[in-house]
Amino acid sequence: MSNYLKLTVLGVTTIFMMIAANYARDLAYQVHAVILTILAGGLFLWVLRQTDEPEPITTGNSEHEYFDSVIRAGVIATAFWGVVGFLVGTFIAFQLAFPALNFDWSMGLTNFGRLRPLHTSAVIFAFGGNALLATSMYIVQRTSATRLWGGNLAWFVFWGYQLFIVLAATGYLLGGTQSKEYAEPEWYIDLWLTVVWVAYLAVFLGTIIKRKERHIYVANWFFLAFIITVAMVHVINNLSVPVSLWGSKSVIVWPGVQDAMVQWWYGHNAVGFFLTAGFLGMMYYFIPKQAGRPVYSYKLSIIHFWALIFLYIWAGPHHLHYTALPDWATTLGMVFSIILWMPSWGGMINGLMTLSGAWDKLRTDPVLRMLVISVGFYGMSTFEGPVMSIRAVNSLSHYTDWTIGHVHSGALGWNGMITFGALYYLVPVLWKRERLYSLSMVSWHFWLATIGIVLYAASMWVSGIMEGLMWREVDANGFLVNSFADTVAAKFPMYVVRGLGGVMYLTGSIIMCVNLWMTVQRTPAREANLRVAVPAE
Amino acid sequence: METYTLLRQFADSWMLLFLFLFFVAVVFWIFRPGGHTAQQESAQIPFRHADKPASTSSTPQPPHPEVRS
Repeated sequence: MSNYLKLTVLGVTTIFMMIAANYARDLAYQVHAVILTILAGGLFLWVLRQTDEPEPITTGNSEHEYFDSVIRAGVIATAFWGVVGFLVGTFIAFQLAFPALNFDWSMGLTNFGRLRPLHTSAVIFAFGGNALLATSMYIVQRTSATRLWGGNLAWFVFWGYQLFIVLAATGYLLGGTQSKEYAEPEWYIDLWLTVVWVAYLAVFLGTIIKRKERHIYVANWFFLAFIITVAMVHVINNLSVPVSLWGSKSVIVWPGVQDAMVQWWYGHNAVGFFLTAGFLGMMYYFIPKQAGRPVYSYKLSIIHFWALIFLYIWAGPHHLHYTALPDWATTLGMVFSIILWMPSWGGMINGLMTLSGAWDKLRTDPVLRMLVISVGFYGMSTFEGPVMSIRAVNSLSHYTDWTIGHVHSGALGWNGMITFGALYYLVPVLWKRERLYSLSMVSWHFWLATIGIVLYAASMWVSGIMEGLMWREVDANGFLVNSFADTVAAKFPMYVVRGLGGVMYLTGSIIMCVNLWMTVQRTPAREANLRVAVPAE
Repeated sequence: METYTLLRQFADSWMLLFLFLFFVAVVFWIFRPGGHTAQQESAQIPFRHADKPASTSSTPQPPHPEVRS
């Protein structure tokens, strides 16, 4: 019966998308309508083939097993989108150094302006988002001691999220963007993401509600805060009215500076809840697991949680110093950003001290080393962030490469490294392998990525501070000394170093993919209930 | 009174007080007598049920001292 309902919905969607492709007012919308026509039509045929066929026999009671197939898919998607995002990022880094890479023949498709949002969304939402989907669904099952709630709803969340990524990415290349940083997707993609996100919340919350553990483990608190807050800021920042049902253009309901304020309230909470709270959930599970010891202080982890979520939500206005936004609002954002230093470092200390009594493992376990350095980078960037939010520092750092360097020490160092560590932990467990294929490849990845980040951050500090000082330099008569093009020319060496850092980071991630692939293909399977000592190679 | 002014005054006063007191209460709650044992127990959650969900009975599992090496 439900198949008939599915067929009706898919059939109507296919026809609607055909009409939309016909009436489309712009190219991005038209291409998306064609993609959705093919997708809905294909799904229609697939469901049709299964309709009125005998039900496949399911063996065993699935409630006695964890739902891991969707997590395996999430792990593959994380690794794939990671490499794509790093590749695009490295390419656009060289586009800035060598403008000739903005090829004439592909102008309007692969120039810097079109590829830049593709890079940011690919690494944040595709790489980071899939990592969060996979790890949150893995952790919530293990720490609730129960199977995921909602059956195949988790598969809907996974594939729905991939569709969101594909629509967003193709939209950017074709010029479909509402020009709000990290919120570039147009209205119909935003609506789709909202549907997927509500399903994600239902799966996660449903699993917590039917948990067998009395207490909700702290990692799940962080994941839940991440899911709910991202839903809230996403919906409010995208309250826009489409100009036409047949076009991608829409108009936001807030005028002027209110729009800017809401956008950075969204933007900073994308950092605070997507890239921080969610990844802290990963930290509070994978570091104890990999170190083989419980978290250093459970008390501190609870204070960390409440302090972080109460403070982060206010920090957004520090993106709008010296703008039309009233001073009291930017001061508020600045003050809360500085207070945030405390819970951030409390969390960092909690993560690092989990190793107390087991520091020797850092010498022998490169996966643990990866997880620990990610927490180190978390501490570094959450110290740098509050400093940069101070109005006087911001007057130097804003609009310069310093900001870019800060973002990347957090994103590559904290989010990237902890995700790599989680992937190295998850692949042997999910594919039931004895161990990773090669630990020395993990070490290579570790050092390539670390040195890559150091090159990136150091060159951007130099470049950003130089740029800020050149912009404000005035001569004895009060005239500006440098033109904008002078600063661009002066930044060239730093841009090349930054690009090389990106190449190293990308190389490390490719080594990881090879290692994980070989782990699944070549490593002996883990024998259930049979502990066999494996001789060292 | 304008909606903005009303909300602004509420946010500045009672809501701020509520959030602050909530946070203080959380901190006191964490340091309550007897809380330490419960927290030690909760910190062990990742080391239980790593391979399989808990059996259908809803009795809480005893703390598991063995951890992954």
